[in-house]
Amino acid sequence: MTPIHLHIADKSYPASGANLAHQAIANLNLHLQSGEFVCLVGPSGCGKTTLLNILAGLDPDYQGSIQTGPAARAPKIGYVFQNPRLLPWRTVQENLELAQHTPDLHVIDTLLAAMQLTAFRHSYPERLSLGMSRRVAIIRAFAATPDLLLMDEPFVSLDAPTARQVRELLLSLWQQRPHTVLFVTHDLREAIALADRLVFTSSAPMQIVSEIPVTLPRNQRHLDEKIETFRQHLLTQHAGIKNLL
Amino acid sequence: MARLQKLLPIASLLTLLGFWQGLALWLDSSNLPAPYQVAQVLWRETVSGQLPYHLGATLLRLVASFSIAMPLGCAAGILLGRNAKADAFFSHWLVMLLNVPALVTIILCYVWFGLVESAAIFAVVVNKLPNVIVTIREGARVLDKDLLEMAHCYQFGARKTLIHVIWPQLYPFVMSATRAGLALIWKIILIVELLGRSNGMGYQLHLYFQLFDVASILAYTIAFIVVMQLIEELILKPLEQTAQQWRR
Repeated sequence: MTPIHLHIADKSYPASGANLAHQAIANLNLHLQSGEFVCLVGPSGCGKTTLLNILAGLDPDYQGSIQTGPAARAPKIGYVFQNPRLLPWRTVQENLELAQHTPDLHVIDTLLAAMQLTAFRHSYPERLSLGMSRRVAIIRAFAATPDLLLMDEPFVSLDAPTARQVRELLLSLWQQRPHTVLFVTHDLREAIALADRLVFTSSAPMQIVSEIPVTLPRNQRHLDEKIETFRQHLLTQHAGIKNLL
Repeated sequence: MARLQKLLPIASLLTLLGFWQGLALWLDSSNLPAPYQVAQVLWRETVSGQLPYHLGATLLRLVASFSIAMPLGCAAGILLGRNAKADAFFSHWLVMLLNVPALVTIILCYVWFGLVESAAIFAVVVNKLPNVIVTIREGARVLDKDLLEMAHCYQFGARKTLIHVIWPQLYPFVMSATRAGLALIWKIILIVELLGRSNGMGYQLHLYFQLFDVASILAYTIAFIVVMQLIEELILKPLEQTAQQWRR
């Protein structure tokens, strides 16, 4: 794993049909340390998904650069999208194998067990609940052994108990395999529960407004009251971020 | 209720046969022989080996032209569906080919290449190809962008993307092109055989037309329809069921 530095001088969308031209991102610098869990928090529609797509190589139409330490190659990406994007005609195991360059059943077995999905390895995605599908999508991202793991609000539309369960499973998986993670969310509590560092962004054109390390010890992140206290502390100390949520 | 539904196709077939028999009795003409007379011809031609020989020749042409037209049409359809520039360049060719009458293509192929087997197969392929391309192109245009992005992100590469992401989405379009293709190809083959071959169903039908032997014409037609139904039931339906087993 290597540190990743992203510089976006300009990302704009041209006018098309009824949509006016607009600048999504302007002069943004984001540095991710190796093995760091960073949460990107910003208002809806500010360009967070655009930023993830640029990092994932899905949107090459921007001015800027992605640097990955001394390695000249592009970072290997694992991407957990807002919807799971599993291939419905392939079983859970086949979906996971396809994400690996060389299928490694041992890794898949371990990840399935960690996410409590071993019994569903031969099921088709249509037979899984949304929460289970999201867990499979997270496993797929880990199974790809990425340099950088991108997660775009992966718990959105899950009910609170399921979201909490999947979040805890994600955290335990990440602690076993500490990939560099960039996690997009609107939920400050969720961000505090997960992140080493919070990056707050403005509305479009997106810029980084504030970067705050989460000093709450990891062994207290499962306690709601501790998270709430830390959240209140953040909102008091950094009054500006309230407008970004 | 379910049993009644299963019996309905048989009842429908018997009704059709009854109607045919009634009409044949009423007209009392050699232009419309009764079902049993056609069955007698069918049996006689089968036992003599004539029907299997000519049916086999037509089926071989069908398999050959289908095996060329489908892969070529699928490849071209995917290319045009995914590449706007290629589509813009070739779409007028497609419209033109779609509108050239089958008879014209067949005559031209025989004139240009002679009355040979390869000219016959080529003529059928040229007639079928545009239909396959258009059907597959429509499928390739509506591929799920989210899944393609996922495949790109996880570095599937061209081969894995084609097999695991694109092909399953095109499957309904391929099946549609297959069914429509088989039905279209055998009709074109009959014309090809009628105009320039010395065996096959088309050749035989032409012969019986000259003899005004309607019973033989109907016997050969029924034999071919039965074969096509068998292909549908024994090959296409099981293939479709296997490919769709992931659905709830």
